[in-house]
Amino acid sequence: MTVKLSSRTEGDTAVVVLEGEINSTTSGGLQAQLLPFVGQGSRLLIDLSGVSYVSSAGLRTLLIVHRRAQQLETRVTLVGLSEEVRFVMSATGFLDFFDIEEDLDAAREHTGR
Amino acid sequence: MTTQDVRERVDAFPTRRIGGHRVRAGRPFPYGAHPVPGGINFSVYSDRATAMRLVLFERGARHPMAELEFPPEFRIGSVYAMTVFDLDAENLEYGFRADGPFDPGAGDRFDAGKVLSDPYARLISGRDVWGREPDWDDVYPYRAKVLDDDFDWGDDTPLGIPTEDLVIYETHVRGFTRHPSSGVSAPGTYAGLREKIPHLKDLGVNCVELLPVFEFDELDNPRTDPATGGRLHNYWGYNTVSFFAPKAGYAATGRFGMQADEFKTLVRDLHRAGIEVMLDVVFNHTAEGNEQGPTISFRGLDNATYYMLTPQGEYYNFSGTGNTVNCNHPVVRDFVLSCLRYWVSEYHIDGFRFDLAAILDRAPDGTPLPNPPLLEQLAHDPILRHTKLIAEAWDAAGLYQVGAFPNYGRWSEWNGKYRDTVRRFVKGEPGLVGELATRMAGSPDLYRGRTASASVNFVTAHDGFTLHDLVSYNDKHNEANGEDNRDGANDNHSWNCGEEGPSGSAHVRDLRTRQMKNMLGILLTSQGVPMLLAGDEVGRTQLGNNNGYCQDNALSWFDWGLVEANAELLAFTRALIAFRHAHPVLRSADHPTGSDRVGSGYPDIGWHGVRAWDPDWSAHSRVLAWMRCGRHAKGGTVRDDHVYVAVNAHWESHDLELPGLPEGQAWHLFADTGLGAPHGPGPLGAEPELHHPGRYHLGPHTLVILVGRDRRTG
Repeated sequence: MTVKLSSRTEGDTAVVVLEGEINSTTSGGLQAQLLPFVGQGSRLLIDLSGVSYVSSAGLRTLLIVHRRAQQLETRVTLVGLSEEVRFVMSATGFLDFFDIEEDLDAAREHTGR
Repeated sequence: MTTQDVRERVDAFPTRRIGGHRVRAGRPFPYGAHPVPGGINFSVYSDRATAMRLVLFERGARHPMAELEFPPEFRIGSVYAMTVFDLDAENLEYGFRADGPFDPGAGDRFDAGKVLSDPYARLISGRDVWGREPDWDDVYPYRAKVLDDDFDWGDDTPLGIPTEDLVIYETHVRGFTRHPSSGVSAPGTYAGLREKIPHLKDLGVNCVELLPVFEFDELDNPRTDPATGGRLHNYWGYNTVSFFAPKAGYAATGRFGMQADEFKTLVRDLHRAGIEVMLDVVFNHTAEGNEQGPTISFRGLDNATYYMLTPQGEYYNFSGTGNTVNCNHPVVRDFVLSCLRYWVSEYHIDGFRFDLAAILDRAPDGTPLPNPPLLEQLAHDPILRHTKLIAEAWDAAGLYQVGAFPNYGRWSEWNGKYRDTVRRFVKGEPGLVGELATRMAGSPDLYRGRTASASVNFVTAHDGFTLHDLVSYNDKHNEANGEDNRDGANDNHSWNCGEEGPSGSAHVRDLRTRQMKNMLGILLTSQGVPMLLAGDEVGRTQLGNNNGYCQDNALSWFDWGLVEANAELLAFTRALIAFRHAHPVLRSADHPTGSDRVGSGYPDIGWHGVRAWDPDWSAHSRVLAWMRCGRHAKGGTVRDDHVYVAVNAHWESHDLELPGLPEGQAWHLFADTGLGAPHGPGPLGAEPELHHPGRYHLGPHTLVILVGRDRRTG
C-alpha cells in the first residue's frame, strides 16, 4: 500500500493532494515529502479526499507536520476527510488540533485566521 | 549540539541475526516493548525459566512469523532483553515462549507449548470489538502490541481537587452510553462517554470512578441466561487480562488499535470540565483462575512469583476467583507500583479504587501484615504522592478492615458501615439514631486520627441494588444470572415501600421517590466523600437484580429516557450536589468534635430531636436532626451559612423545634423531600425564609434541609 502525493501552488497557499492509506509503512516517507511545503507559504491545504484510512502512525505524522507548521507560522488545513477518517480523528482527539474544511472550495473561502 | 539536533545513538545498530531478524542485546529497562532508534526493545523477567523466546506475529496472523531465542548474553540477572530492528510496530503482535519445569508442587507451571502475553503490554489485541466472537482455537488469544505512547496533553495534569471536596460518580464505560437512547455517535465507548460530559457537568460531580478499564475478556463467563439461553458476559470486568492496557472493546477505535489515544482524550476532556478520573483496579487476582484456568501470562512466566501458593503449590483463593496475586512479593510489588505510576504519568489518572484491597496487605503465605510493604510504598511513592487511593477494605476470605486498613495517612476506604446504617435507618429500623449520627459525622469511630475524607460514603454502588431498586424490592431477583438466584448479596437492608417491584399505586411510588431523596439528602450532607452510582440520579432500575456483573443489556445500561421521565429526581440530585459545593461547612477535613472551637456560640455540630438541643438517642427513636455551624467551615478558615438537616424515618409526622439563630438571622428552606414538584429545592442563596421562625412540620419518611443566614432586609 502506498500513498501518492501531488501538489500545486495557489497564490500563497500550497495545496497537497494525497491518495491511498497513511499508515506506518507510508507515513515516514510522507512526512519527509510534506515537510518541505511547510514554511513555503502562509498556508498548507492537505486534501485527504482520496485517503481511505489514516492509522495511529499516520495521525501522528499529520500532527507533527502541523506542529512544525505552527512554529513556522504556516497554517495547516485538512480538507475532504472521509466519514471514517473524521470519526477516528474525533474519537482520538486529533481532530481538535487541526483546521478542518469540507472541501477545497470551502477552504479557499475561509482564508482568514 | 542543541536540543534540536538529536545525535544518532551508537548502539542503534544490530550485532547479529536471530530467526532471520537483525538484533542486538537489549536494555532490561523498561520492561515490555518500547520503540528505540531503528527497532523495538523487548524485555521480560522470568526467574525460573530455562529458555525464553520472543514470538513475533504479523497483525492477526494465525502463525508466528518468527521466534527468536534469547541467547545467554542477552540476559542480565533474570531479565531477558533484545532489540529487534526493522519491525513495523503498527502491524506487529508479540509474545513470549518460556521453557522451564512443570512441577506444581514446587510452584512451577512452565509450558513451552503456550505463547504468553507480556505482563507489561500497553496494548492488547484479541478482543478489539466488544462481544465479537473470537477464533477460539487461536494459539495466542490476547496479543501484546507496541504502543505509540506520545500524546499531546498540552498543559493537562491531574486536577488535585482536595479529597474532601469530591463528589464521586461511579460508572461503567460501556453501560453509560450503550443504551440506544444515549444518542451518542459511538455508543458504549470512551468516545461516547466523552460526548456525555455535559450531563456530568450539569449534575455537578467532580470525579468519575470507572469500573475496570484494564483489558479483560468479556467472553470469559461460561454461563447463559436460563430464560433466553443467551450468552452472559463478564460485563463488569473484574478479571484482568493485562494491567497496562486499556480495554480495546471500550474504544470506538479499538479495531484500529487506537484505544490509548481515545481513552487519553476522554481523560483530557473530563479534566477540562473540572472532573477527575478514578479507576477501579483489580490487583487481587488475574484472569488466569485456578489450576484449571487458562495460561495467559503470569502462570507461564513465573507462577511462584506472581501467585500466593500453599506449601503444596496450590493456589490460595482469598479473592474468591481461583487465584490470589502475591502482592507483597518484591517483584510483584514492583509490578503493581510500575503499573499505577504508568496510569498516573501516561494517562493522567487522578486516583484509584482498589478492589478487595485487604488482599494487598497479605504476606505471600496469606497472613495479614501489620506493615504491608506494598501499601507503604504506594503511600509514599513520588509519582503517586497526590493520587487518591481508596480501598475496598475487605476480601473474599473474611478479612474485614473497614476502619483498620493500613493507611499511612493516605488511604481512604469504601465505608460499608455507612451504607448499611443509612439504608437501615431510612427504611425505618429502630435503634439507629446514634449510629446514624456517627456515620454522617464522617465515622470518627472508625477513622479516629485520620481526616474525614478517609470515609468514602455511599448508599449504592455497582455491586448491589440501585437506589431505585433499594426502595422497590425487599428481595434480590437474580434469576437471569443463571444461578437460581443464589448469587448476589442477601443482606441488602432494602424496603419495597409496600409492594414488590413496579407499582401502580401512587402512594407507593411517592413514598419511593421520597425515600430515594432522603438517602441522597443524607449522603450529600454527610461529612466524608460522597459517592453516587451512575443512574441513581434518574432512578435507574435493574428490576431487582443486585448482581449485574454478567448483564450486558438494558438491565445494566443507563436508560437516557429516564432523564426526562424522572426529571424531578434529577433536578433534586443536581440541587443537592450544588448545595454541597456551595457549603464548605459540609466538607471540612477534620471530624467535628461537638464543641465550639471558634467562639461562635455554637458547637461545630449540634444534635437535635423533636426538641432543639435534645436529641432522642433511645432505641425507639426514628428522628434525628443536626446543625452545622457555618463559622466552623474548613476548620474556621471560611465563613459559611449554618446548615440544619432533619430526617424523620418514622411513618408519622413530627413537629420540630428548631435551634435558635444569632440575632438578625433566620432559617430558610432549601429542600423538603415531602414537597414534590414544583416545590423543588433551591434556588441556592435565595431560599425562602420559613413562615414560622422556630418550628418545622416534618412529614412521615421525610428529610428537610434548612439554611441559617441573615434575614433579607428591605
